[in-house]
Amino acid sequence: MEFVAIVKRECETCKLVEPVLAQIRSRAPLALYSQDDPSFPESLGGAQDDTALECSWRLRIETVPTLIRFEGEKEVARIAGWDRAGWERVAQQAKLGPGLPAFQPGCGSKTQDPGMPERLALEHGELKLRSRRIEVADPEDAIEAAYDRGWSDGLPVVPPTPLRVALMLSGTTRRPDEVIGLIPPNLSECTVEKAAANAVMAGCRPEYFPVVLAVIETALDPKFSMHGLLATLWFAGPVIIINGPIAKRIGMNSQGNALGQGNRANATIGRALQLVIRNVGGGVPGGVDRAVFGNPGKYTFCFAEDESDPDWTPLNVARGFKPGTSTVTLFHGDGVQGIAAGRSRTPEGLARSLAMGLAAVCHPKLVEWSGAILAVSPDHYAIFNQGGWQRSEIEAGLREALRRPGRDLVYGAHGVEEGIDPARAEEMVDKFNEGTLLVVRAGGRGGLMSAVIGGWPAQRKKLEVQPVTREIA
Amino acid sequence: MMRARPYQMLDPTAELSSERRVRRAPPAKLDGATVGLMSISKERSREFLDTMERLLSGRGLTVARFEKPTHTKPAPEAVVQAIVERCAVVVVGLAD
Repeated sequence: MEFVAIVKRECETCKLVEPVLAQIRSRAPLALYSQDDPSFPESLGGAQDDTALECSWRLRIETVPTLIRFEGEKEVARIAGWDRAGWERVAQQAKLGPGLPAFQPGCGSKTQDPGMPERLALEHGELKLRSRRIEVADPEDAIEAAYDRGWSDGLPVVPPTPLRVALMLSGTTRRPDEVIGLIPPNLSECTVEKAAANAVMAGCRPEYFPVVLAVIETALDPKFSMHGLLATLWFAGPVIIINGPIAKRIGMNSQGNALGQGNRANATIGRALQLVIRNVGGGVPGGVDRAVFGNPGKYTFCFAEDESDPDWTPLNVARGFKPGTSTVTLFHGDGVQGIAAGRSRTPEGLARSLAMGLAAVCHPKLVEWSGAILAVSPDHYAIFNQGGWQRSEIEAGLREALRRPGRDLVYGAHGVEEGIDPARAEEMVDKFNEGTLLVVRAGGRGGLMSAVIGGWPAQRKKLEVQPVTREIA
Repeated sequence: MMRARPYQMLDPTAELSSERRVRRAPPAKLDGATVGLMSISKERSREFLDTMERLLSGRGLTVARFEKPTHTKPAPEAVVQAIVERCAVVVVGLAD
């Protein structure tokens, strides 16, 4: 029978049990390890130096003090914190710590300090990262080295050190070597580890990582057609809408400036997807990315829907998910076009006003081509809400207001060559294919304005190219 | 002076390198060659490729026509293999 005890000087309970440790050592061999100061405890002549935490890690210490009894090589009992009855049982010794309180909780082991479990798992080979390691001479050079290697979208990236990648991986229970899917255009395997390295570079926090993984998986759904979206001449890139409780948990912005800069989660989740496509998939502008213009949203375009109004049916619920489910929705979108509509006071008038902005998507004379996202501001929503309109009424009202006589849209009508087939001149035609206008609530108060995010003309191939919603695991 | 310590990064790429092949020289003459024209299934590509076929056939060339099911996705492997099997020259272009 022999004992091991792990202590640290900064723990009051460790100081409390000093005389108890002396009692135990007087009866049996006791190996003492100190996590912070090997001169502690002085009354026992100090301890073995475990400031590198190797022994604490190996013994899976979570709390100090911890007392462990071994029989030969085998651990047979342990106790953490100070609990006289428990210590007497483990030490097999009566009357420990006379005069001490019966119980005092311990302190956190230094192995549990933020970032430490990942650091120790890496050092001791329990977390195996398979990516090639690239050494740079000086940390100052790392960002430039990332540029030199072509890893950047043009903005600086956070260098993906093994520790940062390990910390990112702590955001998921999935194994680092699990393959998420094949990233276009090269159809290269993307492991959870590669996704983590790119999420690090994008600036994500570990708690965003489940969202990043869901975003990547959604982009790989064949119905989304990520390869085509990358390759298109059109402006569009992936636009990400997050619904459900996770948006609040990770601090996403759905309100003022929701489509703009300034929120870390919004900014970095969208960027992580683009970096995965660039670095894992090999999709770069001038290569398979043939965009004539692109748009600034191709750096990142991600926001949360405002679900604060209980009357509102969130986008994911409208798309068939249970209320309270966290989801990602991917849409093929361009930049933002504002619609000012300050004079409407009725839902009908406002729907007609917003429809005029939506009618311009792709081209005012093209129909059933690009879809769109309409982000309705709180002040516009208040007009709909006061008039008794919710999602279904708004969608129906927009659809009605967007229906136009084919003769106004055919080739040459109004002196404009662009347009639709003259065979449809006598039809009433809808602007959008079913399911390609996504209405969401977002934005801040104070402005009678809403936002249109135009879609991708390939959405006219409605069986091949669709917005996709997926639950975040 | 503080010494810079070595700093490691993990490679975020797929760690694959494409094989670089030297492009085959274009044939000096097209006599007897089959020219492949592949439609990507965009609107009006048929009219454009019909014109191309007429012009190439007028020069005495054999033209083979191919089509991928949708412009929104890459060509299926079977289409690519059929082109490789039958054609000496493929005309590639990108525009709307």
